[in-house]
Amino acid sequence: MVNRSRPGVQKTSVARSQRIKQPVGSSIVVNGILVLAGIYFLLPIVWVLIAATKTPGQLFNSFGLWFSDSPQAWQNLVNVFTQDNGIFSVWILNSVLYAAVGAFVAMAISAACGYALAKYVFRGRETLFSIILGGVLVPATVIALPLYFLLNSVGLTGTYWAVLLPSMVSPFGVYLARIHANAAVPDEVIEAARIDGAGDLRIFGSIATRMMMPALVTIFLFQFVTIWNNYLLPLVMLNKTETFPITLGLTLWNSQTQRDPMFYQLVVTGSAVSAILLVILMISLQRFWKADLTAGSTKG
Amino acid sequence: MALTASRPKRRFRPALWVLTLPFVIMFALFFIAPIVYAIVDSLFSTKASGLGFGAPEKVFVFLDNYAAALSNPSFVESLGRLLLFSLIEVPLMVVTALGLALLLESARARWPRFFRVLYFVPYGVPGVIAALLWGFLYIPATSPVLQGLAAVGIDVNPLSSSGVLFAIANIALWGFAGYNMLILIAALNAIPSELYEAARIDGASEWSITWNIKLPLVRPSVILVTVFTIIGTLQLFVEPLVLRPLTTAISSDYTPNLAAYNQSFAQGNPSLAAAMAVIVALIGFVFSFGFLRLVNRKGNRAW
Repeated sequence: MVNRSRPGVQKTSVARSQRIKQPVGSSIVVNGILVLAGIYFLLPIVWVLIAATKTPGQLFNSFGLWFSDSPQAWQNLVNVFTQDNGIFSVWILNSVLYAAVGAFVAMAISAACGYALAKYVFRGRETLFSIILGGVLVPATVIALPLYFLLNSVGLTGTYWAVLLPSMVSPFGVYLARIHANAAVPDEVIEAARIDGAGDLRIFGSIATRMMMPALVTIFLFQFVTIWNNYLLPLVMLNKTETFPITLGLTLWNSQTQRDPMFYQLVVTGSAVSAILLVILMISLQRFWKADLTAGSTKG
Repeated sequence: MALTASRPKRRFRPALWVLTLPFVIMFALFFIAPIVYAIVDSLFSTKASGLGFGAPEKVFVFLDNYAAALSNPSFVESLGRLLLFSLIEVPLMVVTALGLALLLESARARWPRFFRVLYFVPYGVPGVIAALLWGFLYIPATSPVLQGLAAVGIDVNPLSSSGVLFAIANIALWGFAGYNMLILIAALNAIPSELYEAARIDGASEWSITWNIKLPLVRPSVILVTVFTIIGTLQLFVEPLVLRPLTTAISSDYTPNLAAYNQSFAQGNPSLAAAMAVIVALIGFVFSFGFLRLVNRKGNRAW
């Protein structure tokens, strides 16, 4: 499925060579729309980067898309990182911890399960897969509230585990892993390794995982962003600010803007910092986003 | 979908258990158990005992909580609002993502790779932060867009009671259109180039290639994106929660999820909240499967 993107490369070059024949007018329209869409997608990010250089007063009194006469980006950053004894850096670290650990475990266990579903024949296999697929269709918000009462009964709420453990389950990851194991790990390779005396777990751990690497990276990234962006789960589970991820922390500050307008600037600069962090991550990892995995998966 | 079984292996393998059990156990604990708990809990109600002394006890009330939820006018209203939101958001999302994918993949696009990354970037911005940012862009004091429009005599208030659903839909569109576009671009890339060449030799126009080749062949991915968007819209919670302090148009039970959250934590009625959550999940299943059935008629299976 991943390799299907190859013919696409040729296709574009074929299409490119035909460009000469096309009228100039429609080219202007197409690129005009693309530029307008680009402005739309950039607008909030550009706004927050500029707003992060302003004083709280200027935030409301100056034109939003241009810098003020006395930019104070550094001062704002210092304020964000020193407010409440530097709680902001704790929130960033928490977010990284939740997202990285949760996504790594999610990747490992969904890869193993997806591989087993693809390569072993056992009773109830399709039933199990259907149940897991059904899990993809359950809105996360439906799970979070009852999960709070369940975890509360075993005393886990308010701890890191309350957010970490549920984040380790990705039914969509199992789905992707199964599709990809079917496509990328040939049965012949498994048989050959068996004849060479390799155990099943060794075959999975050192041969199959390597062949499934593009799918593993996709599962990890998908789950990383899902956990990083999650709000409801930490909102219901956590009560101590030092366990908050960045999303929860920023809304905590946002709720204090009524009391003290100083907090507007903290929210704006904090949002800018966290947006930049993820935008850098997204752009640098862009080539690993194998969306063709998700697309190819529906064809079979 | 690649459901075809690979060739049978040996009957029993301990490795099979080692590979499947970690996920299955976690899935059972953190996915199945909460759902079962919610369903069971929604059939009970916490009642104070006789004279108000002693611990309150759980009483089996069968469907009373569902009746209570569905006879609560503001909850029914929030369900209607959620359906309306889906009606706005799903077509908007699918058309935008598909339109951008087709434009970027057309021969006329100048910097397709650059724009592809640009459109994808908002996916990395958490929904909460996206809502905070758009919140600033929705109030005249801080929004350059509204200020610009006001300067030319157009007064819009995105947070008025008639506009706020669109304001929320815009935040969701901004965040997820780029991701959905990537899925569709990958599907477009998978179409063999011979098809285009053959069509061009036959004298087909770009429009007719788009309409007769590209769209039918990316149909499964369009269906995938639609189902994911339907499920996404049913989760509506964060955006109204963040925008609420900015407008009176958003009540504390604006969406079913907000209502359930309030019943759980503010009103102390988790059983009613569980019933509300189950209702939302049921609507999700009905919508997803209804949609899949609709598009899978005529033996045209996508899933």
